Amino acid sequence: MKALRLILPAAAALAVLTALSSCASFGSADALSVLNIAAKTADVVAKSFQDITPEQEYYIGRAVGANILRQYSPYSEAKANAYLNLLGQTLAMASERPETFGGYHFLILDSGEINAFAAPGGLIFVSRGLLACADSEDTVAAILAHEIGHVAKRHGLKAIKASRYKDAGLAIGKAAVEEYGSEQLVQVTGAFSGTIDDITSTLVNSGYSREAEKEADLAAVDILKRTGYDPNALVRMLERMKTRLKPGGPGFAKTHPDPAVRIAEIRKSLPVSPVPPVQPQRQARYLAALGKL
Amino acid sequence: MSSPRIVLIGALLLASALAFGQAKQMSVQVKETQIRATPSFLGRILGVLSYGDRVTVLAEQSGWARISLPSGKGEGWVNLSALSPKRIVLKSGSQEVASGASSGEVALAGKGFNREVEAEYRDEKQLDYTWIDRMEGFRVSPEQVLAFLQQGGLPTSPGGAP
Repeated sequence: MKALRLILPAAAALAVLTALSSCASFGSADALSVLNIAAKTADVVAKSFQDITPEQEYYIGRAVGANILRQYSPYSEAKANAYLNLLGQTLAMASERPETFGGYHFLILDSGEINAFAAPGGLIFVSRGLLACADSEDTVAAILAHEIGHVAKRHGLKAIKASRYKDAGLAIGKAAVEEYGSEQLVQVTGAFSGTIDDITSTLVNSGYSREAEKEADLAAVDILKRTGYDPNALVRMLERMKTRLKPGGPGFAKTHPDPAVRIAEIRKSLPVSPVPPVQPQRQARYLAALGKL
Repeated sequence: MSSPRIVLIGALLLASALAFGQAKQMSVQVKETQIRATPSFLGRILGVLSYGDRVTVLAEQSGWARISLPSGKGEGWVNLSALSPKRIVLKSGSQEVASGASSGEVALAGKGFNREVEAEYRDEKQLDYTWIDRMEGFRVSPEQVLAFLQQGGLPTSPGGAP
């Protein structure tokens, strides 16, 4: 009996706690009073990339993309871009983050440099030079899946300097107004500009950390497996790139770890399976769309 | 002994009902998403949801949420990446914003980096967004993906995503 008396209040308390927590996390109408209390104690500033909403990520990604297109011209051939978007969208659906605020969109850059950029939110740019290293749809899929991995893992947002949250955090964490006053707009735009500089400079100049590249490679292998592409295509692609990259050269050579290092890491997660036979129809549509690059 | 036991069981049942039985509310955190008949991007589209829409989630299964249709009749599936546990408030004048916009439970749409900030930044840096807008116009339908998979000899079953 004594034990039961102890258990009963505990069970009742559990019931109350469960009800409260479900109200708070699900934000039902009743939860507003709980939120009132929470609002008084919560910090109003964004502290890290996790506080950036998908909508804000979308505007950040558009600005990063516009900056990339200041340095690289688009390759405007419609058929090639349509193929890249069809393939890319198919792969994105199999990623751990299939839907972003504005969706995934792909564009070829008219540059012989071997390079690719994934702007936050899903704007992905791949150079003609990188696509020319591929020899099949599966190898192109490997490149795109790697870039989708960067978007899904929100690596771009992680490139925002911690110190930036002092300015940007205040701006994006504020319970904002319908429209900014002119002084406030200048302040928020300044924070935005700094944020974009951090990400663009990481993408174009310094590159992500070795750890982030490994994460994107492993995400790519997962996506390739789930869609039915050959997961070994990522290794094949890196081997083909390795013979073309000039050490100390621009683009990928500067911003990415040595392909040999990446290949060794990727191999650990690859199944030991025979290379699947080339699908003639897959190869034909790849050649028709990208064969001339 | 028997009556406390019944009370205890009752209390435990109440606790578990509150923990697991209650359908939860989530908000659409992307511009637009589709409700599908099956948990797959290739599933038949039953309806469309927009940014900020609230949905009642009945269950979750491998990255998908089973929801009640907004009409109240029937159920459908929405990908979890399109949903947030936070309440997304589209208008800043509403009560939720005053009470909880910064509490972590509510996200205010359009706060911080928004269209207005983009316009200011674009003018200041003299950036050209033409191709960014054009990229967003590159759209792929589920029918195109299905045909692409079939033609390429790739699996289209739910086991082999998408």
